[in-house]
Amino acid sequence: MSGGIIRQRFVIPGNDFSTAGEASSTTKKILSQLGVKPQAIKKTAVSMYEAEINAVIHAGGGVADIEIDQEKILVKITDEGPGIPDLEMAMKEGYSTAPDSVRELGFGAGMGLPNIRRYADKLEINTEIGKGTTVEITIYIN
Amino acid sequence: MKVSEIVDILEAEILSGSDQEIDVCSACGADLMSDVMAYVKESVVLLTGLVNPQVVRTAEMMDIKVIVFVRGKKPEEKMIELAMEKGIVIITTKYPMFLACGRLYSAGLTGRGVWD
Repeated sequence: MSGGIIRQRFVIPGNDFSTAGEASSTTKKILSQLGVKPQAIKKTAVSMYEAEINAVIHAGGGVADIEIDQEKILVKITDEGPGIPDLEMAMKEGYSTAPDSVRELGFGAGMGLPNIRRYADKLEINTEIGKGTTVEITIYIN
Repeated sequence: MKVSEIVDILEAEILSGSDQEIDVCSACGADLMSDVMAYVKESVVLLTGLVNPQVVRTAEMMDIKVIVFVRGKKPEEKMIELAMEKGIVIITTKYPMFLACGRLYSAGLTGRGVWD
């Protein structure tokens, strides 16, 4: 990988489960092409995918920005959804506010944020009721 | 265990993918995709009764190369296309989850598919 920084922005469409995951899929492809270690790719792909699904389920979509340099992969998912009223609860495995329609898709079991925390090397969540949420995931390459 | 053996054991039908030489060491039976992402190890076959594009997406993220749909479920054409694009083999079997897992286990696929 050369010395530059790679940046990419994806729009995450809201309430469209057939395309949910496109941004993560493309990011995974970019990382493979750059020759990033498989473990770092998987950590990025899974954590970003869960965050992407969250934006679709809870916030009517959003935007994903990725930034890749020689040391790390930064994924920032920003939405203008309702915000997370109780972040501490939301981080607990099994806690979910997702509707049944989401559960039928194999999600909404309260594993999203815990999974992001499991795979991210660094996780920062900023949320404001009525304004939206930003989830920032950092994965170190080496 | 090779894909071709899985097809034989489950009396199954391949819907996508032609690479029958893919080798798996263990299996994971789950309908909850977040659990698949939380716990699954390398080189597994995923058995599921859930049929939607997010199953293929989850497999893609986890580098799962083989998906078995149980209870005779068949994904729609768009999902099959997505799987083909990602190089994922899709198989459908008439066996229910318990029996499908049991048959693979009895045939020697006994590795743990998930982290402890």
